[in-house]
Amino acid sequence: MDPGNLALQYFLSGITKGSIYAVVAIGFNLIYSATGVLNFAQGEFVMLGGMVAVTLAQFVPLPVAVAGAILAVAVVGCLLELLFFRKLRHHSILHLIIITIGLSIVIQEAALHLWDEKVRSLPYFTGNEISSVRVFGAAISPQVLWVLGAVGVSVAGLHVFLRYTLKGRAMRACSSNPEAAMLAGINISNMRTLAFGLSAGLGALAGCVISPITMTHYEMGGGLAIKGFAAAILGGLGNPMAAVVGGLLVGVLEAASVRYLPAAYNDVSAFAMLLLVVFVRPHGLFGAPAGAQVREH
Amino acid sequence: MLLQVRNLRCGYGSLEVVHGVSLHVAAGEIVGLLGANGAGKSSLLKAMVGLLPAWAGSICLEGRQTRGQPAWRCISNSLVLVPEGKMIFADMTVRENLLMGGYHNPDRNLQLELVLQRYPRLAERLHQLGGTLSGGEQQMLALARALMARPKILLLDEPSMGLAPRLVEEMFAEILKMKDLGVTVLLVEQNAMATLRIADRAYVMETGEITLEGQAADLLHNPEVKRAYLGAAGREGWEG
Repeated sequence: MDPGNLALQYFLSGITKGSIYAVVAIGFNLIYSATGVLNFAQGEFVMLGGMVAVTLAQFVPLPVAVAGAILAVAVVGCLLELLFFRKLRHHSILHLIIITIGLSIVIQEAALHLWDEKVRSLPYFTGNEISSVRVFGAAISPQVLWVLGAVGVSVAGLHVFLRYTLKGRAMRACSSNPEAAMLAGINISNMRTLAFGLSAGLGALAGCVISPITMTHYEMGGGLAIKGFAAAILGGLGNPMAAVVGGLLVGVLEAASVRYLPAAYNDVSAFAMLLLVVFVRPHGLFGAPAGAQVREH
Repeated sequence: MLLQVRNLRCGYGSLEVVHGVSLHVAAGEIVGLLGANGAGKSSLLKAMVGLLPAWAGSICLEGRQTRGQPAWRCISNSLVLVPEGKMIFADMTVRENLLMGGYHNPDRNLQLELVLQRYPRLAERLHQLGGTLSGGEQQMLALARALMARPKILLLDEPSMGLAPRLVEEMFAEILKMKDLGVTVLLVEQNAMATLRIADRAYVMETGEITLEGQAADLLHNPEVKRAYLGAAGREGWEG
C-alpha cells in the first residue's frame, strides 16, 4: 500500500475514534451547560449502551436492541440526575464533580457484577469483520461508515433541537441565564434532567455503533471520559458543536501518534495536546474567554 | 383584588430583610414601590414570584394563594417579574429571547407579531444576539419578553437603572402605555419623582417595612417621602 493511502487509512481510523470522543464531549457540554457540572461518568454511558445492546441482541433483532439500549441508558441518565444531582444541588460544583467520579466507579462495578469482565461486542451492522469498502483508495470497514453516519446524524439532530425547537431553545436559555429562564416559566430542574437523559442516550448510541470495532468492556468508560473531556476542553466548554471538532482532532492526533510514534505514546499525545491547550488557550479553540461567562450556581 | 400581599417576611440565611409587608394592587393600576437602595424592594419582589422563599405571610393572586410555588409556575399565573439588570439571554437572538418569554403561551408566534409592532426597534434587530444590544435596547427587550407571556400583572424592578436620561423618560412613557394593554404594573423604583408622575398609587419602603402609602399625587407633595430619600442616592432619586 502506498504511503498516501496508509496515511488516509490512519486518518479515517482517527476520525472514527474521534467521532466517539466527540459524542462524549457533547455529553460533557450538554450537562455542563445545564448544570455547571463536569460529568466524569460520561464514558460509562457509552459502556452501558454497548453492554445493554449486546445483551438485548440475544433476544431481539439488532436495530431493536440498539434502540432499546439508547432508551434504557437515557433513563439511567435521567435517574442519576433525579437521585443525585437534584437532591444535592446546593452543594458546591466541585463536590458534584467528585460525585460524578464516584458514580463512574459505582457504574463500572455494577457492570462488572451484572455482566462480567469478558470483552463483548455487537455483530457488525452490515457485513462482517473482513468485509471492507474502499474510500479514496483506503480500505475501511463498513462499520466505520455506520459510526460516522450515526454520529453525524445525531449531532445534526441535536443542533436542530437546540436551535429550532422550543424545548431546545429553553435548554439554551437555562444555561444562558438560569434565573431569567425560571422567570420565563421554564422548569429548569426538568431541563437538567433532560440534559442528563440526552447525554446518556447519545453516549449509548456511540457505545452501540463502536462496539463491533473496539469491543465493549466494563472498564472502557474511564478512558473515554478522559479523552472526551480533553476533546470538550479543546473545543471550548459550553459549545456542543465545538466539541465535535475537539473530538475529531483528538482522534486524528491519536491516530497520527500511532502511525509515527511508538505505540506507548498513544495516550500521551492526546494529553500533551490537552495540556498545551490549557496553557496556551484555556478557553479552548472556540470558547469565550473566562470572565465573559461568569456563572452563578 | 388582583394582587394582595399580607405580612410577607423574607430574607437571606438568618437575616430578615422584609419585615411583614402588606400591599395590594388592583387590576389596571400602576402602583409604585419606592425606597432607597437596600430597603428590601427587590427581595420583596423576588419573594412574590418565588425566587426567594417567603418565610411568612400570604401572596394572593386573584384570590388564589401562590406562596410556596416554584418561580417557573408564576408565569402561568400571569404574573411576570422583569428583574433588575437586564436579565436577557445574551447568547440567544432577540427573536429567541422573545419566544422564550412566550414559553407557556400557545399563541407565541401571534404574540410575537404584536410585540414587534409595539417595539419596531427590536424588529430591526430580530436576528442579532441579545448581548450585542445597547443597554436601553436590552431593557426594552426584557420588557417585550415579559409581554410575550400576556401577563395580567408585571412586576418591574428598577427598569430605569443604568439608562441614559433620555431613555429613562422613554422607559417611563412605555410603562404608562401598559395601561392601554390592560396590563397592571407594580413598579419598583429609586426614581421617585418619575414614578409618582405615572403611578396611580404608591408605597414607600424603608428598611424592610412600608412606612407610607397613598395616592401618587398626594405623595408627590409629601415631605415625608423626601425624608425617606435622604442620603446621596436618595436625593438623586428625588431630583431625577
